[in-house]
Amino acid sequence: MSTLELDGVEKAYDDRTVVGPINLTLASGAFCTIVGASGCGKSTLLKLLLGQERPTRGAILLDGEPLKTEPDPRRGIVYQRYSVFPHLTAAQNVRLGLELRHGDPVFGLCFGATRRSLRAQALALLAAVGLKESADRYPVQLSGGMQQRLALAQALACKPPLLLLDEPFGALDPGNRAAMHELLTQLWHEHGMTVVMVTHDLPEAFGLGTRMLVLDRPDDLAANDGARITYDLPLRAPTVATADAQTP
Amino acid sequence: MTRLMNRRPGRVSALLLTALPFVLLVFAYQSASSIRLAENPQDRLLPAFSTMADAMKRMAIEPDRRTGERLLIADTKASLVRLASGVALGALFGLLVGVLAGLLPTAGSALSPFLAAFAMVPPLSILPILFITLGIDELSKIVLIAIGVGPFIARDLEARVRELPTEELIKAQTLGAGSWLTLWRIVLPQMLPRLLDAIRLSLGAAWLFLIAAEAIAATEGLGYRIFLVRRYLAMDIILPYVLCITALAWLTDFAVRRLSRLLFPWYALQVEPGRNA
Repeated sequence: MSTLELDGVEKAYDDRTVVGPINLTLASGAFCTIVGASGCGKSTLLKLLLGQERPTRGAILLDGEPLKTEPDPRRGIVYQRYSVFPHLTAAQNVRLGLELRHGDPVFGLCFGATRRSLRAQALALLAAVGLKESADRYPVQLSGGMQQRLALAQALACKPPLLLLDEPFGALDPGNRAAMHELLTQLWHEHGMTVVMVTHDLPEAFGLGTRMLVLDRPDDLAANDGARITYDLPLRAPTVATADAQTP
Repeated sequence: MTRLMNRRPGRVSALLLTALPFVLLVFAYQSASSIRLAENPQDRLLPAFSTMADAMKRMAIEPDRRTGERLLIADTKASLVRLASGVALGALFGLLVGVLAGLLPTAGSALSPFLAAFAMVPPLSILPILFITLGIDELSKIVLIAIGVGPFIARDLEARVRELPTEELIKAQTLGAGSWLTLWRIVLPQMLPRLLDAIRLSLGAAWLFLIAAEAIAATEGLGYRIFLVRRYLAMDIILPYVLCITALAWLTDFAVRRLSRLLFPWYALQVEPGRNA
């Protein structure tokens, strides 16, 4: 259960409203795609959802609880670039979130049985995104598509109820992108998290989402008004996360 | 005909071209030296290679009559210990301050402007202060080197931390890391190879401070020796010593580079793509 609610959310920089006010309720397990022209405030909206920016007005609720105004493990993120850590191997990248959660509070290190179990979990996740063979390679040794697979596995390791995607496949070639769409859809079915994806690619937005939002600043808006949702298209029914869809 | 900018030397010619300036330098010295020696066999300014070899044999192989030590060995050891201690101290300071100032905005506000100002103090100008307060023994020399390279390393690392993509820091937080975990697990490990880079870049300055301090007050050391024998115009000792210092500087640089590649293969791969770990 992870319903996302935006209640009159607005973001202003120096009295200039960039986004909002936005009112929106996303059902649990929804896959919401957001499109809009460059500079229309998509990234700002995503930063608000991520907790990287604080809304000037309004509140963001996940399952009825206000989200913290700094990033936390309730929200996973995959960026177009720089999503994985260059100094860690693929397996270490996936394990990081698990170790930070289960390890000691200063160094985040785990030992013994915990360590072995986290290792196994990380390898299973790597296998799920097709990177089993590359477990001991560094991100720089992986192709762009493989890096994004790794980023997905890393974000999902923490089982975030809300997964945010910031043009995650924007830098991939069409073949790779199609494969990633398939993988993402499959992972979403398995994990049942709520997804918010910002993209430039209209077919992608239509093809993946259960609901598509268009963010825009209509010409008739007053100069001081922010971008808002101009179209809200339901595309297909959200998946229902079933009990047997639990991941290891 | 291929343009000059598109023409690459083959392996043999590349090797010859590499050797060329070295050979030319040796040849130029040799000719100048023999011309002067032909005019005046007592000339001390440009000693023959054989004279320098003799002098080095005295310095490196035969024990000194007064101390019973081999001077070149003792000098090298004393200098390297000072250099290593000073650079290590400066690097530790630089890593600590740089990472904190780069990662935590509060620490940055407190340290950054101060560091920028402090780094402008010419280290040699405070050498007298160090001699007065810390004495003329080892400590003042080590502290001079540390003060000379520390702020540089700190400022460099601060900039390197700020260069880390914001995405990485946000990502770490979504994986459950707070400030300390981010520092230990994300920032510090990525700064270590960059610290080695900063150390390599500051080694030249470190040698400068070392030799300056040794020239003024020391009883052994490479810098002390060349300034000591300068009184006797002993170019046959000074020149090989300079060569020795240069070789040591080159070797340390080489060793640090190797160490970095060995310890941080992911960094070497980033900096030099195409090379395989």
